Order: sequence, then C-alpha cells, then structure tokens
Amino acid sequence: MSGESTYNPGTGFTQWLDTRLPILRLAHDSFVDYPTPKNLNYWWTFGGILTFCLVTQIITGIILAMHYTPHVDFAFNSVEHIMRDVNYGWLIRYIHANGASMFFIAVYIHMFRGLYYGSYKAPREVLWILGVVIYLLMMAAAFMGYVLPWGQMSLWGATVITNLFGAIPLIGENIAIWLWGGYSVDNPTLNRFFSLHYLIPFLIFGVVILHIWALHVPGNNNPTGISVKSKQDTVPFHPYYTVKDGFALSLFLILFSYFIFFAPNVLGHADNYIQANPLVTPAHIVPEWYLLPFYAILRAVPDKLGGVALMFGAIFVLFLLPWLDTSKVRSARYRPLFRQFYVLFILDCLLLGYLGAQPAEGIYIVLARIGTIYYFAHFLVVLPVLGLVEKPKAIPESISEPVLAAKPAE
Amino acid sequence: MRKAIKTILGASLVAMSFIAPAQAAGDAKHPAVIDWSFNGAFGTYDRDALRRGYQVYKEVCASCHSMNQLSFRNLSQEGGPEFSEAEVKAIAKEYVVEDGPDDYGDMYERAALPSDRFVSPYPNDNAARASNGGAYPPDLSLINKARSGGPDYIHALLTGYQEAPEGVEMRPGLYYNPYMAGGKIAMPSPLMEDLVEYGDGTPASIEQMSRDVTHFLNWAAEPELEARKRAGFMVLIYLAIFAGLMYASMRKIWADLH
Repeated sequence: MSGESTYNPGTGFTQWLDTRLPILRLAHDSFVDYPTPKNLNYWWTFGGILTFCLVTQIITGIILAMHYTPHVDFAFNSVEHIMRDVNYGWLIRYIHANGASMFFIAVYIHMFRGLYYGSYKAPREVLWILGVVIYLLMMAAAFMGYVLPWGQMSLWGATVITNLFGAIPLIGENIAIWLWGGYSVDNPTLNRFFSLHYLIPFLIFGVVILHIWALHVPGNNNPTGISVKSKQDTVPFHPYYTVKDGFALSLFLILFSYFIFFAPNVLGHADNYIQANPLVTPAHIVPEWYLLPFYAILRAVPDKLGGVALMFGAIFVLFLLPWLDTSKVRSARYRPLFRQFYVLFILDCLLLGYLGAQPAEGIYIVLARIGTIYYFAHFLVVLPVLGLVEKPKAIPESISEPVLAAKPAE
Repeated sequence: MRKAIKTILGASLVAMSFIAPAQAAGDAKHPAVIDWSFNGAFGTYDRDALRRGYQVYKEVCASCHSMNQLSFRNLSQEGGPEFSEAEVKAIAKEYVVEDGPDDYGDMYERAALPSDRFVSPYPNDNAARASNGGAYPPDLSLINKARSGGPDYIHALLTGYQEAPEGVEMRPGLYYNPYMAGGKIAMPSPLMEDLVEYGDGTPASIEQMSRDVTHFLNWAAEPELEARKRAGFMVLIYLAIFAGLMYASMRKIWADLH
C-alpha cells in the first residue's frame, strides 16, 4: 500500500484475475512484499500471534456452538456433554477457554510494547485507536463467553457487571432491565449473550482488517522509533518476518499447550464447575484475571456511579493517549525518565490486578485507591509533563545507523 | 529494556504467588498436598484405586450424593476404572430406572442399562434437602474441579473431622471440620474404619477409603486426564521440533542481512 506495487502475475489466470479483482495483488503487497523495518525485535511478533489467537477462537468457538445449548436448564450440562461425550470435545473446549487467556496475555504484551516504543504517536494515532476498539470488543466477548457455561461465576459475574449499568442516573435501572430481558440475569440474558458472543469475534475480525490497513499506510514503528528513511532500512515482510513470526508463534504455542494439556483449569475459577444457582451467592465474586485491574478500580471508589465512571474512564483514557503524551520522541530507548515511569506504570497495573482478586476491605481498599490515582496520574499528569521537561538522549540518524554501529560489538 | 523486563517479571511472579492462595484461602485450613498418581505431566490413574473408590462411592456416598454427569458405560471406558462390559452390565442391572411412556402412555420401571446415567438417590433437589436437614448434598460428578484445592481438599475434608474447639458453638445437624470454609459442615463424618469390605483385601482404613474415593472422584471430574496428558506430551515434542526448524530457517534467511 505504501509505494508502488511489485506484484507480477505469473500465469494467465492470475493476469485475468488481476484486471478484474486484484485481490492477489493486495495480498502480495500486504503480506509478501510489504516493506518492514529490519530492526523489529520479538516484541513485534505479537501482532501475528494475536491474529492466530483470533482465528483459533473463532474456529473452536464455531465447533463448540454446534454442541452447546444456550438455555439455563441445559447450558451447564451441554458443556459437560462436550467435555465427556463429544469426540475431542475436551480439547476444543480447553483450547477455547485457555485461548481467551492466551489472547489477553498476547494483547497486553502487544499494548505494552506500543506504550514502550511510542507506537501510538503520529502518524499512528488511528492505528492505536482501532487497537483500543479491538481491546474493548475483546473484553466484551470474553465477558459474555464466560457467562455461557452457566456456572456460579458465570451467573454472578454477569450479575455484578450488568448491575453496573444500574448506576447510571435516571435511566440506569431501565437499561439494566433492557440488558437482562427481565428483572435479573436469566434465560433471556443467556440467550442474547450467546448471540452477541458469536457476533463480536467477527466484528473484531473486521476491525483487525482496519487495524492492519491503518498499519500499512504509515508502516511499522520500530524499536528506535525513527521513521523509515530509505529502502536500506527495510526488508520485505516475507520471508523475513513470516519466519520470525512463525518462530515466535511456535514458542507461544508451547506455552499455550502447557495450559491446555497440563493445567487447563488453573486460569479459571473452581466455582464455575458448580451449576449457576440464583439462590446461592459465592463468597467472593471475581472476574477472570485479565479484567482484575479494572475490577480493582471499580471497587476502589466508595460511590457506585463514580466507580463505574472511573472503570470505563480507565479504558477511555487510552483513546486520548496519542494527544496526552507530549513528547516528540517515540521510543523509550531515548527517554530515560519515561522508562522509569513506564516500569512504575506496569507495577501499578500488576498491583491493581492483584487487588482485584482480594476482598474489598481494609488495606486492600487503601492500596486500590492509591493504585487507581496513580493509573490516571500516569496518563493525565506524568505523560503530558514528561514531554515538556525530559531531555531525551541523542537519537541516531536512521534505523540503519544503530544497526550498523552495533555490528562490531557482536 | 532488558533490566526493566527483569524487574517486571520478578514483580509479577511475586504478585501471582499472592493471588493464587488469596483466592483459595478464605478462613479454612489449608489441605496437605498429596502426591496423587494422576499428578504431574505423566500422571495416570491407578485402576485398583478407581475400582475401590467406586465401591466406596456406591456403598457410602451414593446414599445421599448423585453423580448426574456419569453413565454406567463410563465405568468401562479407557482411562477410567476399566471394568469389563459384562461387569458394567451387572452393575447397571442392580438399579431400577423409570422409562416410558410405552405404547399405552404408561411409565414403567426397568433394570438400568450401561447407557443409563448413574441413578440419583433422590427424585429431586427438594427431596434431597428434606432428607438432609435442609442441606443439599451436592452432585459429585465435578466436585474435584468445583472446589479449590481439588483432590487434596476433598481428601482433607473427608478425613479432617474434629471435635469443635472451645468457644465454637455448633447447631445440631452441623459438624466441625476445619477444612470447610467457616468450619461447619452439614455432612456428618461419612467414613469409619472397615465401613466397606474391599474385594482385593486392602484394609479399609479411613485414610485408604478417603484416598480411593477421592481418586475415583477425580476420574469422574476429569475422565479425559490420561488421554489429555498423553496428547500433551506428543504436542510438546512436535512443537519443540517445529520451533527448532523455524529457528534454523530464521537464522538462514536472516544470515545475509547481518
């Protein structure tokens, strides 16, 4: 998409097709000859890994839907039917359930890579915003998917989250009733969550296409954060990055397989193997691990509406990030102060994640408040101010320069 | 970046080690960790333990607890107790199930077949509650997966009954067990020495029966465990070779650039 197309249809059929629907040209320019900075490190392999995760979730999900029954009386048992009676049903379900966690591990690494190397800065703001949209859709899909097995955490997690909408002034209660299709989380809720859970991955797929489009116009960022200056700075995507992504993906699959085959339930909650019961509330209602930081923020605020506002604000602030960071330097490599605050920010997110799993009482509440304040301060105070006061290190002339300079040392 | 990663990895490991027990604990006593034969990457079930465990379930637990997810035929499946098909037929035949309606519209009773589900001790949940002082004896099909601590917890609970310590007031119908959250459980201690007579001559101590039935319950919750771990081992070998090939290809392709 950037630069001239080098596609050269070889056969009569591809020439014929190229003058009618140049789809092979599009594929060639996007995934074969696409010029990619030659200095991308392994943190850049997670885009490919995420595509793999999405496709895996869609394929396993479609198969699961063939055997699953979205009804409060049958859902739990139909999942056990998949686990016990469907050929390799246990494998498909464990891939899907752990696949959600792996998807989030990959997306968090992908996002924190973007935060470190300034991949959200001009001219990639739209790319970043589309990424945040995908992240939001992922959270919605994961949340609704967790409801489908109709275990205790499914029901009560859904109850807690949908009740949040009740905090909206005036119309909140009506919105909650509208979401539930009744007066509590019940069969209509399960039905619509199943329908939406099936829909959202295809929406994600669409936004992923836009995301890749928005990537291929300015081209990849890279660890130096310096824009590509000449052809010398790039290599064609294939075979250089297909093979590198492939290697990284196979390592990722080893981790993924460990969870599927040897620890398939460690990332879940034991209570979800108890059938949902509206009359029995679990002692602790906890969301899946990937939502815990937001859950901590929600509970840190004494006021329900305030908690909801801050929780959604924690995601919304990501949309503003390209304009909150005032530094013109992209990569943290040349931003000594930012690097320290970056580490602090990660620690803060981990702290919030830990606190999200704890009961909301005593010291945990105090820490969650400090963590929440720091989370927002990072975006609203630290990043705008740092860009003004920080003195960046000397930046190389081009991508090739540090690569060449580093060579004798190796 | 490398130093930053180390700090972050270290911190997340510390954080994780806190999260796991914090989610599990509550106020209950921690169960001792047991070296089950099905633990670990190459773990398998002990057939004899599964068969003894089924006997304990059938003769003790099944008087109150259902196991709705299991069918008699599962007992002869690979990776389980592996009773012969004839044995399973004989086991099923001991039970009566309601079937129908027949051609005249009447329900009738017949002997159970291997394709039938385990027969529940009560016709419905309310009957189960009514017979147990208002407490519902949970279905045991998934109990090892439905309790944090899994088999260790179940074994600790079964063998952990004690006199209530001083100051803890017990309502009639509740029993003291430090492994239960809150310390009070509606199930009386279900096991006593020589409660069952094992066919293979194993002495039926409380410890033995508890381990056997927990073993059986683990199979009931995870009947795919052996197949899963076997497949996992093959998958990991495959992926390791595949990753090696990818790495070698990558080195070769990138060689001309460096």
